[in-house]
Amino acid sequence: MNKSYSNRKYIIISIFIIVGVIFIVRLFLLQVLDNEYKLSAQNNVLRYVTQYPARGLIYDRNGELLVYNEAAYDLLVIPKQIKNIDTIELCKLLKINKDGFITSLEKARKHSYYKPSVFLKQISREDYGYLQEKLYKYPGFYVQARTLRKYPIPVAAHILGYVGEVNKKDLENEKYYRQGDYIGKSGIEKYYENKLRGKKGLKIKIVDVFNRERGSFKNGKYDTIAIAGDDIYISINTELQIYGEKLMQNKKGSIVAIEPSSGEILALVSSPAYDPNLLIGRVRTENFKKLSSDTLEPLFNRATMAQYPPGSTFKIVNALIGLQEEVLFPYTKYGCQGVVSYPIVCSHDHYSPLDLLHAIEQSCNPYFWKVFKSIFEQPKFSTIQEEYNNWRKYVSSFGTGKKFDNDLINQRPGNLPPDSYFNKYYGKKGWKAITIRSLSIGQGEIEYTPLQLANLTAIIANKGYYFTPHVIKEKKNINYDNKKYKEKIFTDIDPKYFDVVIEGMYQVYEGEHGTTRWYKIKDLQICGKTGTAENPHGDNHSVFIAFAPKDDPKIAVAVVIENSGFGSTWAAPIATLMIEKYLNGSVKPNWFEEKMLNANLISKN
Amino acid sequence: MRGQKNIFHNIDWITVFLYLTLVFLGWISIYAAIYDESHKSIFDISQRYGKQLIWIAAAIIIAIIILIIDAKFFSTFAYPIYTISIISLLAVLLLGTRIAGSKSWFQIGGFGIQPAEFAKFATSLAIAKYLTTLNINLKKIKTIIKSLLIVGIPAILILLQHDMGSALVYSSFILVLYREGLAGSILILGLMIIVLFILTLVLGKFIFIGVLAGIAFLMFFFIKRNRKNIYSIIGILILSIAFVFSVDYGFENVLQAHQKKRIEILLGKKVDLKGAGYNINQSKIAIGSGGFSGKGFLKGTQTKYNFVPEQSTDFIFCTVGEEWGFVGSFVVIFLFIAILIRLIKLAERQRSVFSRIYGYGVASILFFHVVVNIGMTIGLTPVIGIPLPFFSYGGSSLWAFTILLFIFLKQDANRLEVL
Repeated sequence: MNKSYSNRKYIIISIFIIVGVIFIVRLFLLQVLDNEYKLSAQNNVLRYVTQYPARGLIYDRNGELLVYNEAAYDLLVIPKQIKNIDTIELCKLLKINKDGFITSLEKARKHSYYKPSVFLKQISREDYGYLQEKLYKYPGFYVQARTLRKYPIPVAAHILGYVGEVNKKDLENEKYYRQGDYIGKSGIEKYYENKLRGKKGLKIKIVDVFNRERGSFKNGKYDTIAIAGDDIYISINTELQIYGEKLMQNKKGSIVAIEPSSGEILALVSSPAYDPNLLIGRVRTENFKKLSSDTLEPLFNRATMAQYPPGSTFKIVNALIGLQEEVLFPYTKYGCQGVVSYPIVCSHDHYSPLDLLHAIEQSCNPYFWKVFKSIFEQPKFSTIQEEYNNWRKYVSSFGTGKKFDNDLINQRPGNLPPDSYFNKYYGKKGWKAITIRSLSIGQGEIEYTPLQLANLTAIIANKGYYFTPHVIKEKKNINYDNKKYKEKIFTDIDPKYFDVVIEGMYQVYEGEHGTTRWYKIKDLQICGKTGTAENPHGDNHSVFIAFAPKDDPKIAVAVVIENSGFGSTWAAPIATLMIEKYLNGSVKPNWFEEKMLNANLISKN
Repeated sequence: MRGQKNIFHNIDWITVFLYLTLVFLGWISIYAAIYDESHKSIFDISQRYGKQLIWIAAAIIIAIIILIIDAKFFSTFAYPIYTISIISLLAVLLLGTRIAGSKSWFQIGGFGIQPAEFAKFATSLAIAKYLTTLNINLKKIKTIIKSLLIVGIPAILILLQHDMGSALVYSSFILVLYREGLAGSILILGLMIIVLFILTLVLGKFIFIGVLAGIAFLMFFFIKRNRKNIYSIIGILILSIAFVFSVDYGFENVLQAHQKKRIEILLGKKVDLKGAGYNINQSKIAIGSGGFSGKGFLKGTQTKYNFVPEQSTDFIFCTVGEEWGFVGSFVVIFLFIAILIRLIKLAERQRSVFSRIYGYGVASILFFHVVVNIGMTIGLTPVIGIPLPFFSYGGSSLWAFTILLFIFLKQDANRLEVL
C-alpha cells in the first residue's frame, strides 16, 4: 500500500533542492553582489594607528640644543572593556579626583563605546612609570606614546614660541591635522611648523572583537613610516640671550641684538620673560592662564610688538637726511640757548654753538630742530606736503613704519604717519615744519619697535643698507629658502654721509661731553646714541642704540627700558654690557654691571 | 550467522565519502575559526580543534561498532532504546548541569553528554517501528495522534530543558509522515501555519485579520456561492483568526524575551546591531566579506577575532563563508544536499519499510539542521542554536549524527538480506 506514496520522494527531494538553491542564491547576493559586508568587515578589524614623528629639534647658532622632545603618554580608554577596576586607586595613580575621572569617562563613552578615546593627556614619564606597572589591573585602559617639547635652557621663550593642540581653525585650514595633533602656536614653532612637524605615519593593525591587537594588516604593506621633522638652527647666541635676560630681570623692556653683516638676530629679549617649560604638558593650561592674566604681560613680545618713540636716537636719521639733502654739512653750526631755546628746549647743558659731530655727542635738541627745519623749508618745495613726503621717503627707506617680511611672527609695524594724517588733523594748509617739530627729536607720532631700532642701528653700522632681520640660521644641507634674507636693502642715503654720524656716535662714548662716557669699555670702539622716549602715560622710556666695533661692526644693539627715565641711565649701560659680552665673550669687572643686574625697576612703579 | 562477512560489505561508500568529507571540512573549519598563533598545531588537544579530532576518532569507532552490531538489533530494540532515551531526558531535567541557560547536559568528568542529541535517532527508530506495525494508516486520526505523541514526547521534554532549537528539530518528522501517507494537505497546512505565523508578526494581528477578512470577502465574488463553499470559507477564516490570536498570544506570553527578539530581528521589525542583532549582523559580515573566492585558509578575520559568536559551534558556517567565499559555501551546501538526496535514494531502495522510514527520519533531521543552521548564519531563519551536522564542534552532536547515519547505513548494507 505504501507504494502509492513513493512518488512523494520527488516532492521531498524537490524541497531539498529548492532550499539548496535558495541558500546559494542568498550566498551569491551576500558574498558576490553586496560589497557592504566587505567594508563592514574591514571596519571591524582594522585599527588605524597614527605614528607620530619626532618634531625637529632646535639649536642655536653654535649648535647648542634649545628644544628637544620628551616622551609623554596619553592614557586611552575603551569604555566597553572596563571591568572591575579600583577607581580610587586609579585616580590616585593618575593624580586626578573622582569627579574628573567620571567626567572623562563620560566624555569617552559619548565618543564611542567600542573605540579608544583619550582619557588623560600627557602623563609625564615619571608618572607613567608607576602607572605602567599597574596598568594590567585596569582592563580597557592603555597608553599611547606622544612627545612633549622640552627646553634644557629656559630662555628665548618669545622667539621659540610654543606647541599646543590644534584648534578648530587649524583643523579647517589644513587637512594634515587630526584632533589631538600638536601644532606650533607661536614663534619659531609656528613659523617653521611645516619643517619641524615631519610627516605622520600610519600603521594598520588588525584587532579582535575586544580591540586587542592581533598583528599588522597584510604584513604592513599599507603602513607608512613616520618621517621625523627637520632640525633647525636659529641665529640666537644662547649665551648672549641668557645674559640679556639676566640683565633685564625686574625690568620692563627689550633688547634686540643683530649681526649687521647678515641681519641675523643674536639676541631678542623681551622682559618680563617666562620659562618655556611652563607651557608644555598638563601644566600648560593653568600656567597659560596665570601668564596671560599677569599685568606685566610676560607673554607679550615687547621686542617685536611694543612701539616706542625713538627719542634722540632718531636724530641720527634726521642728520643723515640733512646731509643727503645738502642742507647740512659736518661743519654746520647752530646755537643753543639751553632750557630757553625756542621752539624746542635743550635738556643738555653744553657749550654753544655746536657742529654736527658734537651735536650728536651731546644730543642737542635745538640743533636737530634746525636741521629738520632746513630739510623741510627748501625753496624747491611749494607745499608742506611736498616737504613732508620728501622727508618721509628717506625715513621710510630705513624700514620705518612697516613690518619685516621675516620669520618673527607677531610684529607691529611701528609708526610713520602719511601726510594725510596731519592734513586731517590740522587742515591741508594748517601745518608746517614747526607744527610737527617733535619729529626732529624722535618724539610725537613716530614710533619704532625695539627690533626696528636694532635694525636702524645695523643700517648705520653698515653705512646705508640692511639685511632683513631674521632668526633662522643657515647651515649646510639645510635650505630654508633664505634668499630674501640675503638681499641688501639700501636706504636713500649715500654711504659717504655716514662717516660723520658714526664719528659722532663714537664720541657719545669717547667725547669728553659724551652722554655715555661713563660706560666706556677699554679697547672696545663702541658707537652709540641715547634716547629718552617721552611717554604720555608715565615715566619716560630709556632708549639706547649702539654698535661695535666702530670700523668692522659685529653687533648692533637696541635697548628699551620702560618707564626708567634717561637713556643714559639704564639702556646705555645694558647695551654696553651686551656688546662687551658678545665681542669679548665675558664682561670684565666694572662699576655698573652689578647695578644693572640687581636693579629692580618694576617694583618702583 | 552466515559467516562473518567484512563489516563494510555492501556499505554505501558514496554516503560514507560524503560523511567523511563533511567531517573533515568541519574539523579544519574549527581549526580556522579559532586558530591562534600560539597554538599552531591542528593536533593540539588543549584547543578545540585538537579535541574535535578525538571526537572524530571516537565517532569512527562508534560507526564501526554500529556496523558490527546485527542490523536487526535496532528494529528489534527500537522501543526499548526509545524508552531509555525518554528516561534519560527526564533524568537530565532532574539531575543535569545547567549550561548557558539550558539544563540539557550530563556532566561526566571533563565532558558533557547531551541526551537530546541521542533522542533523535531513538525517536527515528521508534517512529519507524510504529509505522511498520500491520494495518497502519496515516489517514486515520488515531495513527496520526500516536505518531505525533512518539515525536512530541521527546520534543516537549527537550523544550522543558529550555532548548527550543533541539525541540524544533522534531517538527522535521512531518516529512517522514508525509512520505508514509500523511495527507499532503497537512504538509500544506503546516506551511500555511508558518506563513500565517510570520505574517501575523510582521503585520500585527489586527491589520492581518483585516487582510484575511478582505480576502474572504473577495472570494465570495469569485467562487460558486453554494453552501459548502461559504461554510468552508467562513470556517477557514474563523480558524485563521483564532490562529492569529493564538500566535500573538503565544508570541507575547510564551516565548522568552530573547527568542522574541531574535524573531523580531529576523523579520526586520527591529534593528539592534549591538544587542540581540549583533550575532546575525556579524555573521553576515563574516560571510559577506568572503567574496567570491574567500580570504583563504586561516586568513579570515571576523571569525578568528571573535566578532562572530559561537564561531566553532553554531556559527561554524561563517568560517567557511569567510575563508572559502562563495565557492566554498557552494561546495558545502552542495555536499549537504547531495548527502540528503543520496539518503532519500537509499531509503527508497529498502525492501524493509522500517529501514525506509528510518532513512527518511535521518534525512529529515539532517535537513532541518542544515536549513536552520545555515539559514541562521545568512539571515534567513531565526537564531536557533542547533549545530550544523558533522561540522560543528562538539562530541555529543557529532556522535549522535554518526549513530543516526550509520544505523541507517547498516540497515542499507543489510537490505538484500531482508526477505
